[in-house]
Amino acid sequence: MTPLFFALAAQAADPEVIDRIPSGFSPFVLPFTIGVAFMFSWIGVGLIRLLAAIPKSDRIKFAKSLFIPKTALKNLKDLFCDCLFHTKIWQRKPLLGYMHSAIAFGWFMIIILGHIEVALFVPARLNVTRGGLFYPIFYRYFVWMNPGHTTLRGSFFFFLMDFFLLYILSGIALAIFKRFRSIVLGMRHTTKPSFADRVALYSLWLIFPLRLLAESFTADLSGGSFLTVPVNHFWHLIFGDKLWFMPTWWAYSICLGLFFAAMPFSRYMHILTEVLWILLRNAGVKPNHPRKGVAEAEIYACSSCGLCLDACPMNVQKKNLKFSSVYFIRFLRRHNEKKINDIAEKCLMCDKCHALCPVGVDAPSLRRAQRATVNNALPYDYSYLSTASGSTLAGETHATLGTVRGGTGASLCEASGGAERSEAVARPRVLPEATNKVLYFAGCMTHLTPRIIKSVEKVFNAAGVDYAFADRDGGICCGRPLMLAGKTEAAAAVIEANKKMIEKSGCDTLVLSCPICYKIFKEEYGLEGIKVVHYTQFINELIAAGKLNVQNKGERLVYHDPCELGRGCGVYFEPRAALGKVGNLVKASKEYDESICCGGSLGSLTLDTKDRSKISEASLDSLLANDPQTIVTACPLCLKTFSEAVAKTKKGDLNVSVKDFAEVLCP
Amino acid sequence: MVDFGFGLVPSSRINLDLFDKEKYDELLSIEPDARICMACGSCTAVCTAGKFVHTSLREAMEDIFNAKPDKALETLRACQLCGKCSMVCPRGINTRHLIMSITKVYSKK
Repeated sequence: MTPLFFALAAQAADPEVIDRIPSGFSPFVLPFTIGVAFMFSWIGVGLIRLLAAIPKSDRIKFAKSLFIPKTALKNLKDLFCDCLFHTKIWQRKPLLGYMHSAIAFGWFMIIILGHIEVALFVPARLNVTRGGLFYPIFYRYFVWMNPGHTTLRGSFFFFLMDFFLLYILSGIALAIFKRFRSIVLGMRHTTKPSFADRVALYSLWLIFPLRLLAESFTADLSGGSFLTVPVNHFWHLIFGDKLWFMPTWWAYSICLGLFFAAMPFSRYMHILTEVLWILLRNAGVKPNHPRKGVAEAEIYACSSCGLCLDACPMNVQKKNLKFSSVYFIRFLRRHNEKKINDIAEKCLMCDKCHALCPVGVDAPSLRRAQRATVNNALPYDYSYLSTASGSTLAGETHATLGTVRGGTGASLCEASGGAERSEAVARPRVLPEATNKVLYFAGCMTHLTPRIIKSVEKVFNAAGVDYAFADRDGGICCGRPLMLAGKTEAAAAVIEANKKMIEKSGCDTLVLSCPICYKIFKEEYGLEGIKVVHYTQFINELIAAGKLNVQNKGERLVYHDPCELGRGCGVYFEPRAALGKVGNLVKASKEYDESICCGGSLGSLTLDTKDRSKISEASLDSLLANDPQTIVTACPLCLKTFSEAVAKTKKGDLNVSVKDFAEVLCP
Repeated sequence: MVDFGFGLVPSSRINLDLFDKEKYDELLSIEPDARICMACGSCTAVCTAGKFVHTSLREAMEDIFNAKPDKALETLRACQLCGKCSMVCPRGINTRHLIMSITKVYSKK
């Protein structure tokens, strides 16, 4: 037997494949050609519009990124992993991953192999003027196998084509099954398809069975392999010698045409837009409007797969399913302002849908951008901040933190004019020394839960950390809540005031005990030369350096990942490493980037207390999966929410305490 | 009552005829919990911005009932939306949204 590669390279003396139809055209290709031409012109216009809408600097950034080797490699990897193999879905739900990759990768291979076949056997037909648009798709219809001249090369392609067709058909079978029993594939809820989605979906289901039908009808003329040839024999058995194959090819072409015509209005637009979105995402271009410019690529990259439905913590109540990211993006596409705003304001911004999205669509930041279009102009006045921090800085020659804070207090009292307040500020307190290199900023929420402040200070004292307390008598908000509410300009004012205070302090490490503050200090403040750490990271370092001694008491602990700390900043490891040294860490049923929001998130503007407590219950259930003695969290909001949820819970014998990270480490 | 303009201090008269029912209903339609506020002042007690300037949700709610929406807006202008008030509200009111709704509804002329 000739070696395969040799056979592939050899050119047969007699043509293996003969053009069956000399004109290379048959009217049945029209539905497909019209559909695909419509789709491509739609996409072409959309692409030009999109590129025209983004700022010039972003366009240059995008163009440059395509030529940077590192980004280009990442592009290639992401395109293969995200668009074709769907590795992110595979990792979580193998069967679902198989289904998606079978259809995407299989289809991709069939198109590529079809073109290779044409290039090898009838290269002239690749020319667009000679039917290049449709010829490779309907290759089997147009050619005739020269009997007795078939080579191994030909059979090899026949085999591959049949193999990938079978691969796709298995995926389609799973997809049809999923429509009726999605839970088997690991999805509790699936997206409700819109009208265009249905048209495209049903034609997609039909395309590949019809392809098998069409190819098997012509398999005795144009050749086939293990799938098409036996089916062809079967048809002969039923219909006799003469097979009337035209209707099957017509049906196949119509289905393809219908699919492509419906594509721009359906979820399947993602097949092509995803590519653009991945390139834009890797170039580092960010949307600044919820639906114009880059955001347009992002919202059309959503495949409506519905993985965000199960991810959303609000889905504990069926009525809240409609607030999931997939519907938010659907209404963004449809410009339905009322519904867009309703959904944008309801979201808890826990970022779980973003973390689990197979395409990496950042729906929470689109929601934030949407909130900004509504709320940014609301009349608020923060001039008091600038006067406060301005007078703070005036006349301060020795930049010790303590005097700065003292100055702030006094100037603020003048601003507010309250006599009782100046008395409060004037009371003697220990002013931190200039040598302090560690600055602790507690933040608003930590001040509501003084037990955290107490324990953090205990830990600092036990480890001998020389620290200064930035907002012992109350500071201003970090700006993240304003940002989440869509008031970007107001947030900038708050950030400015805080930044002045911190830079003046002369610290080199800023420790934060609230993940909400941590995220914004790390991402938006741009504090140069200052290390911004969350207290879980800082304490973990103290333990590792041997400055803080801890004993393992063998208590069963479960750690709750706060949204802003885990998914928001990627801090998963440090708190667990530290907790592992003081107790026996047990697993929650959902943890790391799948952890469920506690329900107390500041992200949601409109979610009411009743709905929030339902979410708290669900989150609590997940944490109690392995019967822990103590729930540990590292966020003042989670601490408060869980404490209340545990107290309220109806399971009378629930014997679990809720503690903060610092409390557990330094009891 | 006629104001003859001889008063030494600005009038603190409350004229309930000026109460804007339409606007109040609009407020209730986007934040129905506005009506369950019992004016306990917990929100004001924990307010972050309250340390610097005079700001109070409790007063703002009363100003709205007393037909002085402009005064309410003025009182809420300094709010940093930090959300501490919603954490302490004994009635479970989403105070953060209440503040935004008041601003949204009453700043429309």
